[in-house]
Amino acid sequence: MPAVSKGDGMRGLAVFISDIRNCKSKEAEIKRINKELANIRSKFKGDKALDGYSKKKYVCKLLFIFLLGHDIDFGHMEAVNLLSSNRYTEKQIGYLFISVLVNSNSELIRLINNAIKNDLASRNPTFMGLALHCIANVGSREMAEAFAGEIPKILVAGDTMDSVKQSAALCLLRLYRTSPDLVPMGDWTSRVVHLLNDQHLGVVTAATSLITTLAQKNPEEFKTSVSLAVSRLSRIVTSASTDLQDYTYYFVPAPWLSVKLLRLLQCYPPPDPAVRGRLTECLETILNKAQEPPKSKKVQHSNAKNAVLFEAISLIIHHDSEPNLLVRACNQLGQFLQHRETNLRYLALESMCTLASSEFSHEAVKTHIETVINALKTERDVSVRQRAVDLLYAMCDRSNAQQIVAEMLSYLETADYSIREEIVLKVAILAEKYAVDYTWYVDTILNLIRIAGDYVSEEVWYRVIQIVINRDDVQGYAAKTVFEALQAPACHENLVKVGGYILGEFGNLIAGDPRSSPLIQFNLLHSKFHLCSVPTRALLLSTYIKFVNLFPEVKATIQDVLRSDSQLKNADVELQQRAVEYLRLSTVASTDILATVLEEMPPFPERESSILAKLKKKKGPSTVTDLEETKRERSVDVNGGPEPAPASTSAASTPSPSADLLGLGAAPPAPTGPPPASSGGLLVDVFSDSASAAAPLAPGSEDNFARFVCKNNGVLFENQLLQIGLKSEFRQNLGRMFIFYGNKTSTQFLNFTPTLICADDLQANILTKPVDPTVDGGAQVQQVVNIECVSDFTEAPVLNIQFRYGGTFQNVSVKLPITLNKFFQPTEMASQDFFQRWKQLSNPQQEVQNIFKAKHPMDTEITKAKIIGFGSALLEEVDPNPANFVGAGIIHTKTTQIGCLLRLEPNLQAQMYRLTLRTSKDTVSQRLCELLSEQF
Amino acid sequence: MIGGLFIYNHKGEVLISRVYRDDIGRNAVDAFRVNVIHARQQVRSPVTNIARTSFFHVKRSNIWLAAVTKQNVNAAMVFEFLYKMCDVMAAYFGKISEENIKNNFVLIYELLDEILDFGYPQNSETGALKTFITQQGIKSQVLTKEEQSQITSQVTGQIGWRREGIKYRRNELFLDVLESVNLLMSPQGQVLSAHVSGRVVMKSYLSGMPECKFGMNDKIVIEKQGKGTADETGKSGKQSIAIDDCTFHQCVRLSKFDSERSISFIPPDGEFELMRYRTTKDIILPFRVIPLVREVGRTKLEVKVVIKSNFKPSLLAQKIEVRIPTPLNTSGVQVICMKGKAKYKASENAIVWKIKRMAGMKESQISAEIELLPTNDKKKWARPPISMNFEVPFAPSGLKVRYLKVFEPKLNYSDHDVIKWVRYIGRSGIYETRC
Repeated sequence: MPAVSKGDGMRGLAVFISDIRNCKSKEAEIKRINKELANIRSKFKGDKALDGYSKKKYVCKLLFIFLLGHDIDFGHMEAVNLLSSNRYTEKQIGYLFISVLVNSNSELIRLINNAIKNDLASRNPTFMGLALHCIANVGSREMAEAFAGEIPKILVAGDTMDSVKQSAALCLLRLYRTSPDLVPMGDWTSRVVHLLNDQHLGVVTAATSLITTLAQKNPEEFKTSVSLAVSRLSRIVTSASTDLQDYTYYFVPAPWLSVKLLRLLQCYPPPDPAVRGRLTECLETILNKAQEPPKSKKVQHSNAKNAVLFEAISLIIHHDSEPNLLVRACNQLGQFLQHRETNLRYLALESMCTLASSEFSHEAVKTHIETVINALKTERDVSVRQRAVDLLYAMCDRSNAQQIVAEMLSYLETADYSIREEIVLKVAILAEKYAVDYTWYVDTILNLIRIAGDYVSEEVWYRVIQIVINRDDVQGYAAKTVFEALQAPACHENLVKVGGYILGEFGNLIAGDPRSSPLIQFNLLHSKFHLCSVPTRALLLSTYIKFVNLFPEVKATIQDVLRSDSQLKNADVELQQRAVEYLRLSTVASTDILATVLEEMPPFPERESSILAKLKKKKGPSTVTDLEETKRERSVDVNGGPEPAPASTSAASTPSPSADLLGLGAAPPAPTGPPPASSGGLLVDVFSDSASAAAPLAPGSEDNFARFVCKNNGVLFENQLLQIGLKSEFRQNLGRMFIFYGNKTSTQFLNFTPTLICADDLQANILTKPVDPTVDGGAQVQQVVNIECVSDFTEAPVLNIQFRYGGTFQNVSVKLPITLNKFFQPTEMASQDFFQRWKQLSNPQQEVQNIFKAKHPMDTEITKAKIIGFGSALLEEVDPNPANFVGAGIIHTKTTQIGCLLRLEPNLQAQMYRLTLRTSKDTVSQRLCELLSEQF
Repeated sequence: MIGGLFIYNHKGEVLISRVYRDDIGRNAVDAFRVNVIHARQQVRSPVTNIARTSFFHVKRSNIWLAAVTKQNVNAAMVFEFLYKMCDVMAAYFGKISEENIKNNFVLIYELLDEILDFGYPQNSETGALKTFITQQGIKSQVLTKEEQSQITSQVTGQIGWRREGIKYRRNELFLDVLESVNLLMSPQGQVLSAHVSGRVVMKSYLSGMPECKFGMNDKIVIEKQGKGTADETGKSGKQSIAIDDCTFHQCVRLSKFDSERSISFIPPDGEFELMRYRTTKDIILPFRVIPLVREVGRTKLEVKVVIKSNFKPSLLAQKIEVRIPTPLNTSGVQVICMKGKAKYKASENAIVWKIKRMAGMKESQISAEIELLPTNDKKKWARPPISMNFEVPFAPSGLKVRYLKVFEPKLNYSDHDVIKWVRYIGRSGIYETRC
């Protein structure tokens, strides 16, 4: 390009700029600028035409003033005039002004576009270059509209100069990025691909950038570029370093082009075998070159070389098909792990993270564990340490989990504050995922809370509790460990929470030890009480009331505590309410009721670990997810997990993971059952909670009926007017059912009369209590039904509800889900006993068998849950085939007790089940078989 | 309380930095520079909050004075202090400029030590300060023990602003009533807002500990006195003025003002500001500006401005300056005026018309043709108001000094022996007329 000659310098501009620079204050600067603007205005306004030189000078001054941050609202016309000048310098200034200052001003845009068009057609390469640069710099939609059709033609025309081709490719790329819809795809695309074969490496580089971006959107159209790119790449890689002359950068042949080609290849899957061989050769050469001694000591040489290498490695990872290459890449990265260049260590760790998720190289990555751990400990740069943590997380599997978790824990004590929370989450996840021994898990998490309590989020400790509750083998150990941990003089609030919850549930398991007698447990917890925040205190209060149930001997002490003014008159409403209600509950209720209300928490349903969700949220979706996917796949078998079982409320259908632990995080609902002191209101409240969770149930009542075979609570019926919810409990041959009628409208229901109609052959004895004949809008009424099973029955009672709503008479009938299996009492028995009894019931009438197709996905855990929900005991390790399910129980009726044995054999290939039932009474066998078959 | 005080030059370089409290770190200096002095947009608020630190600044020519605090201080107190600080510095070394501050930085630190203690403002009366902070530095031999104890008792005593044993051969007293009149008027001549803020400045050269009593035509006082003689109320009622609010120098006995509304005080020696006041009613507007702007097409603007003086013909207004803003796309201006000189100042985007002197009840006019450059900016010209500067030898609020009596019971001079001078100066504040 022609340089600006010395004589062309603008003195006036230089003087003006130096004036501005010499201004003492902002005010002085503004004054000087105002003066200059007035001068330029008078010059532009002046009658005699300005020559090109002065026009250029003034436009330059305006540009300078604009860049100082002042508004310029004139001079555009003069700048456009400059565009049509034939002198390079004037044209250049004109374009500069336009690209900096142009806005979508209609009349001027037309003129500008015209000038650009002229220049594009001029055949003068410098002018064409200027015009293309201007289009790219402005890059607006208007520009794209005007020129997106033209530029591809310039790009592929045979007679275009190389430098113009380069500019055209990059200009098109820019337009494509701003408005992809305006760049028309056409036959030029195939010719653009052939630019990869161009003589001029600059053109190839520019074209590769363009093709890479285009190929990401339209991979099909540019498929041919793969083989061209590979051949180009192999030519570069194999060339001697002097071959490419200008494009050799510190002895590395065309590093930028190589990187871009490798990027382009990453848009496509591994190519067909012929090309693949050549590509593999290339990649091998690149890896080989990395092993060669450096040709220069200059940092630029190694930077360029490594850039190509890293891009090659990411291509290898992207293809993920050549175990040999993957392992080599991994080894190469392993060398970098100890390199003294920090950036290299960082990049090596980052790439290894992705390598770790490939099945071929996972093992290879694992060999570097010591180095990585060492990096974690000794690295000065926090971002590198962070990568090291990521890598450890990625390479963790069952074999090294204990080591890695231990290392991460020990690092946590000194870790940088910015990455602590993430490490905590990672430790928690790894500990859970690869826990062989749940005592180890409990130890790890408690350690975690001890070391970095502040960074342990709610999810982590929820998770501990979920796991401890779901696994009875660790409960005693957890209670003991927690108790010991709590004895530290200062412990973190999260530990108090975990401790409070676990001791409240399982404190009885360690109460036998005189060192952890109930009173000592209570005193220990209560010593932390005053140091805790309100939610924790609320939790501790619930623990106390659970203690009242577990250990009657400390009841008096706890009542004293609850009775104290600091609880009963606490400023916090939640604490006050809990104190009052729990105190009442402990004094009013009998031990039986206490035991029911404060029953041990049911196991939690299994769902995606909330910690994992949290980590994903923290890291942004892109990086972690793929890693997680692969991790999940590998760990399915490992993560045996706790069995899911329907919780006391309809927790099985709780949709949001945020409702963890029955919303324990949010203060209001008490984790224990509702105290009957305020029975009516609270019961309804709790119920309406679960009802809203189960809201999306289908309105079909028959369907709902089937659902209730295995569970006791939920919404039975719902239409626009009425919602009927159930809450029921059964013990031996007796049952009690709370029916809730909710008026969903805002008007009153009149003459509201629910009646229970029992079929003739129903042997159940049903007692209902009458309800109020009017139901207010939005209100809910409750009806209690007492049920006694006299003898076995098949037909369920029908609930018929009649009421007047707004003058029309409504009539609703639903089947009440009172089925025979509700009076099941589970019986545990050993394998021997089971088969003995099975044989005893060998009478053909006693056995009923049904073979049916699975209606739901065949999930072992769900099936187990259903069998337990059905009422029978689930007997493990009875059947020689572990896939089969075996259950036993006794049906209680008023007159007799009927023993039942059942066996369910799933056939996964055929998606079939075979269900066999043997009971002492043929009708019972028949009915139970019908009921249970419906469920799978 | 004030945590620290910084003085910057226009470039934001720190000239004086005095930190009184630990909660103000070094970075506060930079925070103010970056966020206020070098801010992209001009910072208009005098109070800036940066990272829970409050900066209160005033600007004197090119010098920034900034008080810094992390506490919730009384902002009015801080500004009062800053203004007082400016006054004190001006009294010691004249104009506040970078050069003067650099030359007197030892003195300024000394002053800062004296007038602020752990961030609490102390005695900042120039007269009192000058007795022990001298520009030459205190030579210990010159000060006797007696004098030292006198300074102590004066500074800590009840009348901290005046020392005992002052003697003058001629007892003289100068009283200046300085007012600035602010106005915003519609093009049709309707007053949109107007107020006068005034100060009574006194320079006293009196012997001993004189007791002074100052009287003016305050409406409340006049009415109270006039109760006895009804006809007098009618006469003087016209001349009395209603003062909206006022503040006094610390020497004025406020209890007496509250009960009798009389202003009595023992004045400090030398110059001080006796009171400040503000009035909004019955303001005499010394000048009336009548603008006429006509747009001729897109490229031309014709402006005609007439000013009328509205006071006694015997009085002369001085330093009259009318500033007519021009549009931002002005490319040329032709001006014709009958009196004075007018010029288009491109650097200020305005036509400036200056008249040296003008008697009352006269009128004068200017006409200008402004050529405009067509721009592609669709914004219409906002037409900023025409502003005016002047100085008149009367008080636009109508305030009159009725008497100033001096009693000195211990020394043998009476009220009649004191030579008193009274002067009224009315200046323009923001005196604008929309066009």
